[in-house]
Amino acid sequence: MNPSFNPYVPILAIGAIGFGFAIFSVVAAALTGPKRYNRAKSDAYECGIEPSPQAAGGGRFPIKYFLTAMLFIVFDIEIVFLYPWAVAFDSLGVFGLVEMALFIGTVFVAYAYVWRRGGLEWD
Amino acid sequence: MSNAEIIGQDPGWVIALKGVLVFAVCVFLTIMSVWGERRIVARMQQRSGPNRVGKFGLLQALVDGVKLALKEDLIPKSADRIVFVIAPIISTTTCFMAFAVIPLTGPVNFFGQETVMQMTDLSVGVLYVLAIASVGVYGIVLAGWSSGSTYPLLGGLRSSAQVISYEIAMGLSLVAVFIYAGSMSTSEIVAAQDKWWYAVILFPSFVIFAISMVGETNRAPFDLAEAEGELVGGFHTEYSSLKFALFFLSEYVNIIAVSALATTLFLGGYRALPGLGFTEQWLGGWFTLVWFFIKVLGFFFVFVWLRGTLPRLRYDQFMKFGWKVLIPFSLAWILIVSTLRVMSQQEAPPALIATFIFSIALIYIAIATLIDKKKAAQEKAARNITSSEPDFPVPVIPNTRVEQING
Repeated sequence: MNPSFNPYVPILAIGAIGFGFAIFSVVAAALTGPKRYNRAKSDAYECGIEPSPQAAGGGRFPIKYFLTAMLFIVFDIEIVFLYPWAVAFDSLGVFGLVEMALFIGTVFVAYAYVWRRGGLEWD
Repeated sequence: MSNAEIIGQDPGWVIALKGVLVFAVCVFLTIMSVWGERRIVARMQQRSGPNRVGKFGLLQALVDGVKLALKEDLIPKSADRIVFVIAPIISTTTCFMAFAVIPLTGPVNFFGQETVMQMTDLSVGVLYVLAIASVGVYGIVLAGWSSGSTYPLLGGLRSSAQVISYEIAMGLSLVAVFIYAGSMSTSEIVAAQDKWWYAVILFPSFVIFAISMVGETNRAPFDLAEAEGELVGGFHTEYSSLKFALFFLSEYVNIIAVSALATTLFLGGYRALPGLGFTEQWLGGWFTLVWFFIKVLGFFFVFVWLRGTLPRLRYDQFMKFGWKVLIPFSLAWILIVSTLRVMSQQEAPPALIATFIFSIALIYIAIATLIDKKKAAQEKAARNITSSEPDFPVPVIPNTRVEQING
C-alpha cells in the first residue's frame, strides 16, 4: 500500500464534485431564469389564500418531533455500541453475547417504559 | 490483495477520474430512472407515459431539467435567505458522497492502472454511509424551516422524523450482517458472501432493511412528507427552478444509493448470480459492473412497483410501524442470530440448539396470539358503538343540533 495514500481523500474528491455541481446549479438558477417582480409571487404559498404571517403556530411545532429526535439519539448510540461488538463477535464468544444481551436488555427497559408512558403514540 | 491495498496504489488522476465517473453515472441514472419510473408507473396505470421527446420519450427527464433551469428562481420574502440557499447544497453534496465506498466492480484495468471501481475502502465503510445519510437530513429540515411557510415547515419536520426513525431500524438490521462478515468494510462484506448471499441466510435482516430503506428515502407508500392532499409538496414547496431540481436529483440519487447499499450488503454486490461465476472474467472484469447495475435497477423497479401498487400510509400508522414493530423485531432478531452463532461456534449439542429454536418459536406464537386477541377485542369494541355521540368533535348540523344547544 502506498503509505502516502489517505483513504479519506477520495471522499473529499467526490464531495468536492457534488459541492461544485450544487454551487453551479444554484448560481446558474439565479442567472438563467427570468426575473419578473410580483408582490403576490414572493408570498408564502398557501394554496391561493392570504398567507398567515408566520409558519404554522408562529414557527412553533409539536413537541412530538423533539421527543422522536431524543429517542433517535438513544437508539443511535445503542447502534454505535452494537457495531464494534458485531465486528469482533467471533473472538468474544459467550462472554460477549451475555454482555450484549444485558446491554440490549437495559435499553429495552427504557424502551418499554417509553412505550408504556405513551411516548411512541402519535395522535 | 485486498481492495483497500489495490485502491492504495491509485495515483491522483485515477481518484479524480473515478470521482467524475461515479458522479456522471449517478446523474445519468437519475435522468434515466425518472423516465423509467414514469414509463413503468404509466404502464401499471394503463397509460402510455412520456413518449414524445426523443425515442420512447427517453429525453423527457433531460428536457424537464432544462425547462426547470429556465424558470424564475424565487425566494419567498418570509424565507431565511442564506439557509434557504444552503439547504439544497447540503442535500446534493451528501447524496453523492455515499457512493464513495460502494464497490461497483471487481479488479479491472482502468486506463492501464490495475484497480477496482470503488473510490475508497474504509474499514468502517457502512458506518460512514449511515453517517452521511444522517447529514443529508439537515438538508431536509433546514429547507423546511428556512422557507418560513406553514407547509414546508410541517413537511420538513415530518420528513426528518421519518428518516431518523427508519434509520434506527436500518442500522439495527445491519448488525447481523457485520456479525457474519466480521467487518464493516463494504468490499469485505461482498467477499464474505462468496457462497451464500446474506439475503438468503439473514432473510429477516434483509426484509427489515428493504422496508426501512423505503421509509428512509421518503418514497411511496411512505411518502407522507409530500402528501399532496395535506401538505402540498412537503419541504420543497417554496423551491423553484434549479434549486428544486437539486432536491429532486438528491431524492433519486438517494434511492440509487440505498439500492446500491442493499445490493452490496445482501445480494453479493458486483458478484455474478450463483452458477454464472465465469461471467465475472468477461471484458477484463468490467462485466461485473453489469451485474451490479442489474441488481440495483432491480431494487429500483421494486421502488416503482411499490409506488404503483400501495396506497400511502397514515402518519401515525407509519411511525407506529417503525417504532413498535421494526425496532423490537430487529433487536430480537439480533439476539437470536448471535445466540445461534455462539452455539454453533462453541459446538453446542444439537439438542440444545433445537430446544432454543423451539422455544423462540413458542414465544413468537404466544406474542402473536396475544396481539391477535387484542386486535380482535378492539375490532369488536369498535363495531358495538352504543352511544350515538362520538368522542371527536363534529360540525353542527343545521336545524337539528342547534335546537338542542339552544334548548
